[in-house]
Amino acid sequence: MGRAKLPRKSTTIDMTAMCDVAFLLLSFFILTTKFKPSEAIAVTTPSSVSSKVAPNKDFVLVTIDKDGKVFLTIDDKQKRETIANSLNATRNLGIDVAAFKSASFVGASFSGLKSFLAISEENRKGDQLPGIPCKDSTDNELIVWMQVVNEAYAGTKLDLLLKGDNVAKYPAFKNVLTAFKRNGIQKFQMVTNPENAPVGSELYQKAMSGVKQEN
Amino acid sequence: MAELDTSGGGHKKKGPGVKKGKKLSTRVDLTPMVDLGFLLITFFIFTTTMSQPTAMKLILPDDKVKPEEQNKAKESGALTILMGDDNHIYYYEGQLKIDASNFLSASYNGENSIREIIMKKKLQVRSIAQDPNDPEKDLVIVIKPSSKCNYKNVIDILDEMSINVVKKYALVDIFDIEEQLVQKSDANTKSSSN
Repeated sequence: MGRAKLPRKSTTIDMTAMCDVAFLLLSFFILTTKFKPSEAIAVTTPSSVSSKVAPNKDFVLVTIDKDGKVFLTIDDKQKRETIANSLNATRNLGIDVAAFKSASFVGASFSGLKSFLAISEENRKGDQLPGIPCKDSTDNELIVWMQVVNEAYAGTKLDLLLKGDNVAKYPAFKNVLTAFKRNGIQKFQMVTNPENAPVGSELYQKAMSGVKQEN
Repeated sequence: MAELDTSGGGHKKKGPGVKKGKKLSTRVDLTPMVDLGFLLITFFIFTTTMSQPTAMKLILPDDKVKPEEQNKAKESGALTILMGDDNHIYYYEGQLKIDASNFLSASYNGENSIREIIMKKKLQVRSIAQDPNDPEKDLVIVIKPSSKCNYKNVIDILDEMSINVVKKYALVDIFDIEEQLVQKSDANTKSSSN
């Protein structure tokens, strides 16, 4: 009953192939990663079933943070310059146009705008700034901001985005809506995280039957 | 391959005048390199954001429209949803009765969810519809957020409209009486849960 004895094999494995795969994957992930610039205003957005990707350039973004403070971001630098000039002309603010042009967002009242622009860019943190006053219809500077934005974008398409924090209270949202409505802006988009339609719902059945979501 | 040459060094007999370099293996141990590679891969996987933010569209009604030109909702097809503090949600069908007996409580998900209520209302509207071409013509959902509810609640309800394919809905300011009712109910649920 002779059984052939198997030759003893070495337990060491050739690592070259594994190393190749590892570094291939590594280079893939390095190249596809887009680092998010650390956001000055911390906001956790709610999720929705909407599948339309939010525009990522030339937008005007109104942010509501968790305390209900309002910030305005204008993506287009050229428009920022126009806005700064028109603010200086109409409201006599005397703000530094170059500083305003390089500021990524606005988060102070008109009276505090000069000192806001004096803070260096990396030190502007949403939780330490007062935000644009937007308490009620009498004390709502966002109305003026939206007005100058509207003027700057006259004739071109305005991509207005609203990004709110999960726990921001409704009155803050309502005041922003008031500012939009006062300026005749009736269309805007709200930034959300994508989510799938719940199984069994009407939208889910529609999606299953091949009807494309309209939005 | 993949083994470290640990020999060498130490005792080596060197004959006088004889210098013979030891032939070193050209194979390098790749295990630490693989370790490092996978460590970096995990790092990049975790830091990558795969999903881009999406945007949902909202079109606001025009405030300047005169009241007589506004379209009135039929009582049979109206459903009003009110959002309160601490993720509480309430609804009533048609008009609010004086004794508030049709003011009912619901939840965002789980049992007695607002989705079920909207679906039930839809079926009810369909069953009494007069126009067979557009059976859901009369369905209007009025959304009234109270001052205590948060932004997420509003988005969730607006999202619910697209989930349930509700064509007509409106975001409306809450009446004082409803606000009080919501606050009272919020306080009741709070005290009963404690």
